[in-house]
Order: sequence, then C-alpha cells, then structure tokens
Amino acid sequence: MQKRISHLPFHDTPEQAQKLDAAIEGLKGQPGAVMPALHQAQDIYGYLPQEVLKKIADGLGVSLEEVFGVATFYSQFSLTPKGRNHISVCLGTACYVKGSDKVLDRLVAKLGIQPEECTEDGEFSLTACRCIGACGLAPVMTVNDEVYGRLVPEDVDKILAQYAAK
Amino acid sequence: MDMVNIKVNGVSYEVPQGSTILEAARYAGIDIPTLCYLKDINQIGACRMCMVEVKGARSLVAACIYAVADGMEIFTNSPKVQESRKMTLELLLSVHDRKCLTCERSGNCELQTLCNEMGIEEDTRFEGALPAGEKDTSTAYLERNNAKCILCRRCVAACQNQHVSVIGANNRGFDTSIGCAFETPLADVSCVACGQCIVSCPTGALTEKDYTQDVLDAINDPEKVVIVQTAPAVRAALGEEFGLPIGTNVEGKMVAALRRLGFDKVFDTDFGADMTIMEEASEFIHRVQNGGKLPMITSCSPGWVKFCEHYYPDLIDNLSTCKSPQNMTGALIKTWYAQREGIDPKNIVSVSVMPCTAKKFEIKRDHEDAAGLPDVDISLTTRELARLIKKAKLNFNALPDEKFDDAMGVSTGAGVIFGATGGVMEAALRTAADVLEGKSLEQIDYHEVRGTASFKEATYHVGGMDVKVAVVSGLSNADALLKKVRAGEADYQFIEVMCCPGGCVNGGGQPIQSATVRAYTDLKSARAKALYDQDKAMPLRKSHENPVLKKCYEEFLTDGPNGHKAHEILHTSYVKRGI
Repeated sequence: MQKRISHLPFHDTPEQAQKLDAAIEGLKGQPGAVMPALHQAQDIYGYLPQEVLKKIADGLGVSLEEVFGVATFYSQFSLTPKGRNHISVCLGTACYVKGSDKVLDRLVAKLGIQPEECTEDGEFSLTACRCIGACGLAPVMTVNDEVYGRLVPEDVDKILAQYAAK
Repeated sequence: MDMVNIKVNGVSYEVPQGSTILEAARYAGIDIPTLCYLKDINQIGACRMCMVEVKGARSLVAACIYAVADGMEIFTNSPKVQESRKMTLELLLSVHDRKCLTCERSGNCELQTLCNEMGIEEDTRFEGALPAGEKDTSTAYLERNNAKCILCRRCVAACQNQHVSVIGANNRGFDTSIGCAFETPLADVSCVACGQCIVSCPTGALTEKDYTQDVLDAINDPEKVVIVQTAPAVRAALGEEFGLPIGTNVEGKMVAALRRLGFDKVFDTDFGADMTIMEEASEFIHRVQNGGKLPMITSCSPGWVKFCEHYYPDLIDNLSTCKSPQNMTGALIKTWYAQREGIDPKNIVSVSVMPCTAKKFEIKRDHEDAAGLPDVDISLTTRELARLIKKAKLNFNALPDEKFDDAMGVSTGAGVIFGATGGVMEAALRTAADVLEGKSLEQIDYHEVRGTASFKEATYHVGGMDVKVAVVSGLSNADALLKKVRAGEADYQFIEVMCCPGGCVNGGGQPIQSATVRAYTDLKSARAKALYDQDKAMPLRKSHENPVLKKCYEEFLTDGPNGHKAHEILHTSYVKRGI
C-alpha cells in the first residue's frame, strides 16, 4: 500500500524541536544515520511530518528524496499523525479470511477516513496492520492497547461509541 | 596488473584480479545480459538479469557485483542461467506497459532487445497489475511514465551522480515507484533539467517532452519564417541515430536534412558561440580591470545555471551575465537579422536543435526575449531532430554535405569546441589573449584545459598578468569546486562549468546508447574528438576573427562587445531559487 502523506497543519512545541535538533546533532556524520533519525523523530512527534523530514535531510546533509524513500519503505514509519485513539485492523491471513476487510470497510465508512489517515478532530486514526499474533481471535482489531476479537462489522459502531464518549 | 585464472563455460582465461564476473567475462569476449548495470554510475546488482552459475556456490550470483577469484568456474549459458533470465524478464513484463509499437524507445529499448534475444513469448506465465500513478508531465523538458519503469534505478544513480538527487524509489514492493519526495511534481523540485536520467533509462519510462509536431506545424504555416540553429555537439552525435560510428561529424548531412525538412534558414549556433566569446571575454576583462566579481563562471550551460540558482544562490553574481549561444543566436535572429531582411519578428519561428533538455527550460526563462518575443520558440533535442528526419523518410546517409546559410552560419573553430568540456575556456582564452596582448597570437591550443578529466586547472600568462582558470564538467565536480569558491579557498579568476559529464557532447538530449555500448565506448571523448578535429581543420579558429560577427558589431551592436546595446540583447539575469 502506498504511504499516505498528511497535509494537516504541522505544530510543534519548542521542546519537540529541541529534542529533534539534539537527535540530529548526535547522528551527524554517521553512516546510515537516516534510519535512527527517523525512529527518534517518530518517537518525538508520534509520526513523521513533512517539515520534520526536511529538517532531517538538511541536518544530515542527505537529499530529501532519500529520507522520504526510507520513510515510505518501512511500514513502521508513519507520515500521518495518530489520533487520540489509534485503531489498527489486522489484515493478516487468518483475520482476512475471517472477514477483517469488512470490519475495516465499516471503520472507513463510519470515520470518514482511509487507512493511514487521522480524523480532522484528532480523535481517531486508522491503520491496516499485519498479523499481531492473535489469530485465535480472528478477525481482530486493536484500539490503543485494547484488543477486540471475533468481530463482525456491526461491532464497530459500539466500540467506536465507547471511545468517542471518553 | 595482477591476473587470476578462471574458467568461463569450460574455457580457461586469464583476467584482471578484482574485476567482477561481468567485467571478466567481457574481457574474455563473453557477454552477459544486464539491465540495472550502468558502468561507473549504477552497480547495485538489483535487477538479477546478470545471474550466472558459479561452481560450488549455493545459488546463482549477480555477475555485475560478484568479484572473480582464482580458480573460479563460471557458467553463463547453462539451462539454469537461461531459465533465470527468462523468469526475470517475464516478471518484469508482468508489470510493464507493453505498448512497444508506439513506444518512443522501440528499437532502442534494452528490455525489448533482451526479450527478443531470450525468445520471450507474448503469453508469459505471470500477470501483475501495472504500476499506479499518473505520468509526470509537469516540466517543459521531461516526461516520466512509470508504467514503463523497470525500477533499475539507473536514473536515480545518474541524478545522484549529478549531486541533484531529487528522484528516488518511494514506497515498497509492488507499490515502489520512482518519484520525488512527497510525490511532488518534478517541476516543483530542484531538478536542473540536465536529462542525464533520460540517457540512462533502459526503457521508455523517461523521455524528453517532444515538440516535433510544433515544429512541423510552424513549417507548414505559410505565414511563418522558420529558422533553425544547431548546437556544435549535435553534429558530433546525430549520425549515431542513423547507424554511423560514434564520433562521426555529420555537419554537412545535418544541414542538408534541415533544408529538406523545410526550414527557411539553417544557422549555426557556433556563430552564437563566437558572439558569446566576444561578450564573455570582454566581460571577463572588464571584471578583472574594474574589480568586478571573481571568479567569473561561464553561463552557457542552462543545467549548470539552474543548479547554481538552486544550490548556490549566493554565487549567482559570479555567473557571467552572457546569454547562452542558443539564446544569443535566437536574439540576433529576431533583432539584427529580422531588421536587415525586413521580416516582422512576430512571423519568425526560431527553432534550435540542442544536445540538451535544459535548453527547453532555458528558452522560457525571464529576460530571454531581446525583441520582446522569446529568443527561441522551440528547442529540440538531437533525438527529436532524428525523429523528424526519420518521419520525413530522408535517407540521411545518402544526403549531400551542405553548408549553413551565410547570414548566421559562419563560425570559427572556437565556436565548434564549445560542445566539449574545456572548449568554452579555450575559446575565451584565444580571444582574451589576443585582446590583452594587442596582437594575433600564433599559439592558440590550450591543451591543459582539454580532455575529459573531471577537473582541470591551469595558469596562463596573458597581457602581463597571470590568469588562473579551472574547468569542470558534471555537477558533482562543479559542486566540489563551488564549495571551495564559497569557502574562499579557490583563487581562480575564470571558471568554466558544464552541467553534463564531458560537456554538451554527452548531454541529456543526445542519442541514447545502451549500457553495453557505454561499457565499451567512452562517448564523451569519441564525440569530443569530432569537434576538436573540425576546429583543427578550420581556417578561422578565433571567435573575434568571425567576419559575420564583426559585421554584427559594425552594423548593429555599435557600442561594441559588453556595450549598452549588447547588454540589452545578449545578456540576461538570474534568480535565487533555493531548494
């Protein structure tokens, strides 16, 4: 799946900016510095905003395209922000044959966003992930650290309501 | 050279130690098919086309990156190898837009050639989805169609080799595609338009933006006077499109072909190159004598100029304000020539044939419109001219040798060598030395600045002073030199930069030679030799001796080189673009 790119406005705090600068400074001149820089940046911001990728490229003296290429290659990196509640639907083989794609469709319809996107109010973000090792409960989704198993699409509404209320 | 003994397909050979299997096999006269390999530029073992069997190895190995060892036994033609090649090609085809009939690269496509050679059939075993994504047609000079991309990354390496690096592989697996960061259109990134990616592409994924129909429309319009000019490097390479050996100078046939295509006048950009030298040498002397910005850096190469504007905006005042020979010729066509012939410049369609894709960008720059109209309306590459000639079914090799039209077709050897690295510097020195010494010097060969070395420098004693010059081609070399200039570590007065490695003869608009040909032939030197040979044989070899140029200053640019009128017509300005 092609990585989605967030066009939501970018905000950062002075603390975040300072942390990123320190991370880049610590990696400068090292071979293969892009990967650890991206990891640290994602820890700081929760995702990889465009502005942050530019800062990494400038700071490490590598091309922006190289940084973008690495960021879009590895599924661990996200170019879209995570919501207050992050939903992950397993599309691994077991979940998929048990209909997790229908669960995902339902979430897409209810939230009005595609996988790898975040709702405008920042409440929910959605991703389709690979096997999380809970095949016995297939089809499975997680909300934050909570696992929901043996789902049917209709379950989605109830679960969402639970979190929207919080 | 230390040698090792190897066996290829059961025959013993002695080959240089440290060579790859591919190099060793070719040394022994045995070819191995490749796709992603491009000598000196891309050696990454990615496409798996060159897999061969090595006795004792667990699996097939990639010949382009695997080094030979003493006693190695290699099989390049076993059933296992043949099956591997076939499968690699079939997998590539399964996600390839196979519209070969209408593809610009049909007949000159490395993928197509291999499929033919390996006997790949129409119905292959695999079927995949075509790569997603729109064509990138955002620029005036290049088009990218990822449906024809085989992800060999030769373009990416060529772009990195130019220290531009605006393209790369995005995403992964079946979603991998070549593009810019954030999928930004090429027109909106700091691409310099050099086209080295195009001449590196094995398939039809990258092409120049084709303007041949615009030229035909102009020729077929009875109202229009269509005037063409051709750059020096075009004559040194156009013959390759018609099966002539690399380095054949086809100036005469090219002129004949242009006339038969219906151009009203056929002029020589070499004339504009001579004008450039007059202006540039005068500007240089003026800068030296009046404490102007030094080092002065040449501005003929639009890819280089764009690179400077993006990556060294603090150095744009070091660029000579001279327009390129293309635009000087174009400017004089629509002013001096139009006036003299009584033609309304609005009715002139000024066409150029260039070894270059960046020229398509250059003609749309600001302040390239001396007559209030674009100096050049349409800029074609050498390849597009070849396409026009083929379309008209001209038998190119049987054409007579004809001469350029006199009005602006007279040039000197100095103008001719503009097409190769070091040529602009040598031409400028020939004129500057005469002007500063106040006499015509006999010694006019400046061997120190010739040749395809990436960096050349020399100090010449002219007119009572030492002039320290440097010559670089290829933007990686320019980048290294400019870093020194920026840091104040270089004490040159005059620097020549050409964007493409080896200069315009190796430009992004030149005929595309396959990776195999490029492995054996140094295109840069072979094509440059054609120009230096022509220079040597010419009666006039100094720009300021060009009789038409003298007339132009007498009649039209009456306040002389680098004068007020010359500035209005032949000089330009630059912008700080940044990245």
